[in-house]
Amino acid sequence: MPKLPTPPVPGPLKEPPPRPDEIEGTGHPVEHAKHGGVSIVDWVDERTSLSGAARWMMFRKVPKGTNWFYTFGSATMFAFLSQAVTGVFLAMYYRPDPAGGAYESIRYVTNDVFLGQFVRGMHKWGSSVMVILVFIHMGRTFFFGAYKYPRELNWVIGVVLLILTMVMSFTGYLLPFDQRAYWATIVGVNINATGPLIGPYLSDFLLGGAEFNATTLSRFYAIHMLILPGAIAALIGAHLYLVAKLGTTAPPWQKADIKEDLRETQV
Amino acid sequence: MADSRAQYRSKYTLDRGMPGAFEGETVTRRHAINATAQGAGIVATAAFLLPALGFALAPVFKETEHRWEVVGTTSQFNEVTYLPVTITIEPNIGEAGKSTAYIRKRNPAIDTDIYDRHTQFIAISSRCAHLGCPVRWVEAAERFICPCHGGVYDLLGRRVSGPPPRPLDRFFTRVNGNLLELGPRFSVNSQLRRFSPRNPGEPLDGIGQYLYPARPGAMI
Repeated sequence: MPKLPTPPVPGPLKEPPPRPDEIEGTGHPVEHAKHGGVSIVDWVDERTSLSGAARWMMFRKVPKGTNWFYTFGSATMFAFLSQAVTGVFLAMYYRPDPAGGAYESIRYVTNDVFLGQFVRGMHKWGSSVMVILVFIHMGRTFFFGAYKYPRELNWVIGVVLLILTMVMSFTGYLLPFDQRAYWATIVGVNINATGPLIGPYLSDFLLGGAEFNATTLSRFYAIHMLILPGAIAALIGAHLYLVAKLGTTAPPWQKADIKEDLRETQV
Repeated sequence: MADSRAQYRSKYTLDRGMPGAFEGETVTRRHAINATAQGAGIVATAAFLLPALGFALAPVFKETEHRWEVVGTTSQFNEVTYLPVTITIEPNIGEAGKSTAYIRKRNPAIDTDIYDRHTQFIAISSRCAHLGCPVRWVEAAERFICPCHGGVYDLLGRRVSGPPPRPLDRFFTRVNGNLLELGPRFSVNSQLRRFSPRNPGEPLDGIGQYLYPARPGAMI
């Protein structure tokens, strides 16, 4: 079976760097320090072979015609990373206490904490940005026909990620615990309840009981910050793996590049 | 030629010449160890997964508590219009656990429904039967009006206009001396027939009562 050629390596990486004991020069500490980074990377790579994986991921061949439309997936991922980082820091101040503590902790973050309003604003507006980017990314995939064979499974994973993002928005909306958050959640939970047969059980599961009660807020908080981020991160990993494995599609307007001198043998 | 291979691979470990085999033994040690290891894995996973799932799902089956709450004296309500009272749906969570009920004295001239004949007071929940926003009683229009999606109900709580699929819920009432007490909530269909309390958005007419089953823990 013929082997595919190894992926091309950019110029600077082609020559293996000299090992620390091969370094020519005066043996001055500065000379050694210059190669310190290289030797650390070498040390790790000798024990993990991670450079192969990194090369496989980073130096893929992409089709001719790849353009800025192809960046929305990465943009969505960076929106998620931004949400994850700001969310972790917001969790240091947030208190899921429905008897007034939740609202008070959000007020404290917004008004009193250094850069609190900025970090909370990033999280709040970033959530809308992420939802918008998810839909743009989905539209790009749809209109470029990039969901077709063999990429159907990646489309399915993407749809699950879309749903998880929606659940993320829904559970996050309650946490400020102001009037808007409370009533929007009441309406949202009741929309879930309108599903036939399982709807009533679903709404009881979400509320943790028949009515909005003392555990509802902490339930939403746990789903929002513990269950969903892990699930989303894992699925993004699978999504990215399949992108690298299957490669990306050429834009639909890209014509096949046929060499005229080979045309006779192709017919 | 498929069964020639089956003959060659006898199910007895002795026939297969495996080390340590004995007469009549069919399960190989590899299979036994495999099954043990995977079985142990399944047991260990179930040991934390099942209790955790039950823990998360338990509230669905929890019996709802019945509380009777004093909302005022009997003389403070009249037959003509509704008076709002604040009630506690869920204790210990402050304002978030409060709700509003609208109460008036039963008027035999308009409350002709047979299900009402033993009640002295009509207590209507302010929770809209569409998606749960708080309705308010508008005196001039003699209508309950919902601010969210335009649900409108008449004096008896029956839908007049908008998206609600059933009338407003009601509360059981009882008179204790000269005090009026509110009990559990119940839902009604368009004929004002009573059902155990349902969530907003769930119709109770026709097939609706079967598509939206009662809560397992409901005691009505």
